[in-house]
Amino acid sequence: MAMINPRQKELIAKIVYYGPGLGGKTTNLKYIFDHTSPSSRGELVTLNTQGDRTLFFDVLPLNLGTIKGYKIRFQLYTVPGQVFYSESRKIILRGVDGIVFVADSQRERMDANIESIEDLQENLRQYNYSFATMPYVLQLNKRDLPTAVPADEMKKALVIKGEPVVEAIAIRGVGVMETLKEIAKQVLIHLKKEFR
Amino acid sequence: MSFLVLYSEEYEEIKNILMNLKQETNSRIALIVEKNGQPIAFAGEMDGVDTTSLGSLVAGNVAATEGLARMLGEKSFPLMFNEGSRENLHITMIGDRFILAVLFDKKTSLGLVRLRAKNAALKLERVFSKLEEKMKKEKDKLGTGENPLEDLSEEDIDKLFK
Repeated sequence: MAMINPRQKELIAKIVYYGPGLGGKTTNLKYIFDHTSPSSRGELVTLNTQGDRTLFFDVLPLNLGTIKGYKIRFQLYTVPGQVFYSESRKIILRGVDGIVFVADSQRERMDANIESIEDLQENLRQYNYSFATMPYVLQLNKRDLPTAVPADEMKKALVIKGEPVVEAIAIRGVGVMETLKEIAKQVLIHLKKEFR
Repeated sequence: MSFLVLYSEEYEEIKNILMNLKQETNSRIALIVEKNGQPIAFAGEMDGVDTTSLGSLVAGNVAATEGLARMLGEKSFPLMFNEGSRENLHITMIGDRFILAVLFDKKTSLGLVRLRAKNAALKLERVFSKLEEKMKKEKDKLGTGENPLEDLSEEDIDKLFK
């Protein structure tokens, strides 16, 4: 749920990066953290297990700039991708304004992608959030790997509602900012409609 | 409704309640966080404190504790206390949507913080109910005659990313 504070002149929205384990959600946030000036972002907080897997969530506050004098701030969250952390994923979706689904392009991860999208839809249903109207971007990550499924085949399997698709190699930053821009655009346009 | 508007009048009321709580208890920081991790307002010295990270961790902590409560057959654990060697953190629920966190050191006592935080939470609950009522009624949702997103264009969004 976005927050608007006319006194402080700020608008804050929450974006969640969702997807299967080891798909590159945290890598997206790390790249954004490393390539944004410290004045435009806060600390990247990560709650990891010893094996560097996300345990609970990562969060990165980002100042995008101003529109009509209002500071536009986004809080970027990731969820833990591993199947058994379902309860944590649900908690983090609370109040979400936009979702980036980070799919793993490797053929052996296709089932995990599909399972994770179904898990996302089920979790949204439990909050009575409409997936149909939720700002949503699909990122096809790890496009550089030799076992990557062709993009068209992935789109056929994973695109649900005609959402924008961005091809990415998050570890090298390819497609990361494009994905962020796409979701930011959708969230702001969605909020504009909500205000009417 | 997919947003929360903090109207100036209620925002000031909230800030005043927090400021009083901070002063009465001689604590370092009093902070309100929405359960989704969004920091709403604070009183105290916030220099060097990343409010977003603090907010998300407090909310995460509350969410995890709620999960624990459900597992143990409790409806909730509305009060939490973390004791450190220098700093302590006291967390109280404000209704079922907001969280009041008070950070304090040895200059004050847990008993005093607990008592005052409970009273402040009741006052804050009333202000937030008022805020929700107002959001339902208000036609100009910001109450200022201005809407930052009214004429939002693709160009505005492109500018954010230059």
